[in-house]
Amino acid sequence: MARIFAYILHKGGVPDDSAAELAAAARKIDPAAAPTAIATGWSSELEAVCAALSGSYEEVWKIAHEALAYPNAELIRKALLKIVPSGSVVLLAHDHFGIDLAPGLAIKLDAAYAPDVLGIERIDANAFQLIRQEFGGQVSAHVRCDISSGAVLTIRPGAFKPQPSTPVNGTVVDKSVEVGTVTAGRRYLQTVVAEAGDVDITKHSVLVSVGRGIQGKENIGLAQDLAEALGGAVSCSRPVVDAKWLEKSRQVGSSGKTVKPKVYLACGISGSFQHLAGIKGSPFIVAINKNPKAPIFRVADVGIVDDILELLPELTTKVREMHGVSRK
Amino acid sequence: MEILVCAKRVPDTSENEIALDAAGNDIERDDLVYSINEPDNYAVEEALQIVARVGGKVTVVTVGGEDDEEILRREMAMGATQGVLLTDDAFAGSDGRSIAAILRAFVQMGNYDLILTGVQADDGAAQVGGMLAAMLDYPFASLVNAMEVLEGRKLKISREIEGGNKEICEIDLPCVLSIQTGINEPRYVGMRGIRAVASVPIATYGAEELGLEAPTVGANAARAKRVDYFLPAQGKGAEILEGSREENVEKLLELVAAKGGLK
Repeated sequence: MARIFAYILHKGGVPDDSAAELAAAARKIDPAAAPTAIATGWSSELEAVCAALSGSYEEVWKIAHEALAYPNAELIRKALLKIVPSGSVVLLAHDHFGIDLAPGLAIKLDAAYAPDVLGIERIDANAFQLIRQEFGGQVSAHVRCDISSGAVLTIRPGAFKPQPSTPVNGTVVDKSVEVGTVTAGRRYLQTVVAEAGDVDITKHSVLVSVGRGIQGKENIGLAQDLAEALGGAVSCSRPVVDAKWLEKSRQVGSSGKTVKPKVYLACGISGSFQHLAGIKGSPFIVAINKNPKAPIFRVADVGIVDDILELLPELTTKVREMHGVSRK
Repeated sequence: MEILVCAKRVPDTSENEIALDAAGNDIERDDLVYSINEPDNYAVEEALQIVARVGGKVTVVTVGGEDDEEILRREMAMGATQGVLLTDDAFAGSDGRSIAAILRAFVQMGNYDLILTGVQADDGAAQVGGMLAAMLDYPFASLVNAMEVLEGRKLKISREIEGGNKEICEIDLPCVLSIQTGINEPRYVGMRGIRAVASVPIATYGAEELGLEAPTVGANAARAKRVDYFLPAQGKGAEILEGSREENVEKLLELVAAKGGLK
């Protein structure tokens, strides 16, 4: 069986949540696998990360370089190429970093590539059967992946549940010298932190969240009215921000805000995994969507198949009635 | 600046409910509405805006068949200088790596300063841009949501990272960037614009002209092959309210109130 590596992203000296999920994915490939974690970075932060990882991975490869203080995918790819043996299986999280690094890594390792994997089954020594999703999660697909010359897989965040495992006393192997110096045509300058915006959706217990189904800026008021009647706020999914109907600070999802409401009304939102990743704390999720096959119905507690443009005003009227507030 | 945008024609998920066919292992393909992959359209708009500022030419290329010409014409109606179709029976069944290999062969016939792709397409793979860059040994950045042309053959770019934060980088040209939706506001294309380019010839290249040998691309070269489609496990799924609209409103608010959503 090919050797399995998990590249672990980290921040502030703490390994990313994906560290345990990648280990779980490795065990799906081979229950007896002892995957090797790889962490790159610099200074005491990297030391802390490697120490933490050695509690769950039997072997941790450390690559310490000042140039790697920020995870620049091109530099990291070049570093990995110097140390990862050909034919290996390399796992990464399917996030903004995995998308940046993994496709090019697969080419340079001459390995098969399968992105955004939700399920893994080993068919034989040379093939995996994988589960992926297409069309925004509306359908799933089985993918046969030839791993005879190795494979790079990015793993859907949250798809592999970390299993409780006995703590190990892993070894940290310093690979820095083997890697040597690497240079890149892309240079990190700075990180710009998201602006706060007028309304802090992370503080609200009721969110009326709108997606593409709201159809236009002129209809945002329908959600605003309901949110006001319910004492909540309006949030949204990515297409609404792309279309400039609402500000970026209202976006829920992995590239937006993480919210923890009690009640989340998803109105005209299909329910991509990137969007769902921004909803934490197990709220009561209501889905209203014209498309009965929208993935949001799979995760919602209650659903209505209807046009939000017609349903929202009726909900607002009813809430106002229940409050005993007469209109105007 | 010579800019190449790689685009794909896809079933439009905002217009279609994707369902399984009668056999249950493929999607129902009759009556699907197709359009240009949305992030690719943003990429073309970005290319047009750059060329408007610094001069140059925008070429839009796709790998596919005759039907895919419609998106090339649409993007030409937007203002792209030319459309190119890479088509050959030998390309059928290509995986992401083979698509990247076909595109690389085309890139090497030209002299592009900048190559753009959409961040991802209908299969959600987000792979071709990064693969193409690695094959060409060009720098690459994904999820680009802003860019600026600098002196000295380089760009300043912004990448969308977690929590709405942005990573700002400098990147040398030539490079490959994958473009995130929302980077700009793509211009509207009317029927009149489409008609104006209806008879403009689309340059077409096959495997031989691209110097590609059949076994290196297409189904036989694919290392990741889709076996079938199926419906995802339903989990517990939502309780669907199936009453009249009025009944649904009432029932829903009852449930919401019980969960503390009504003050």
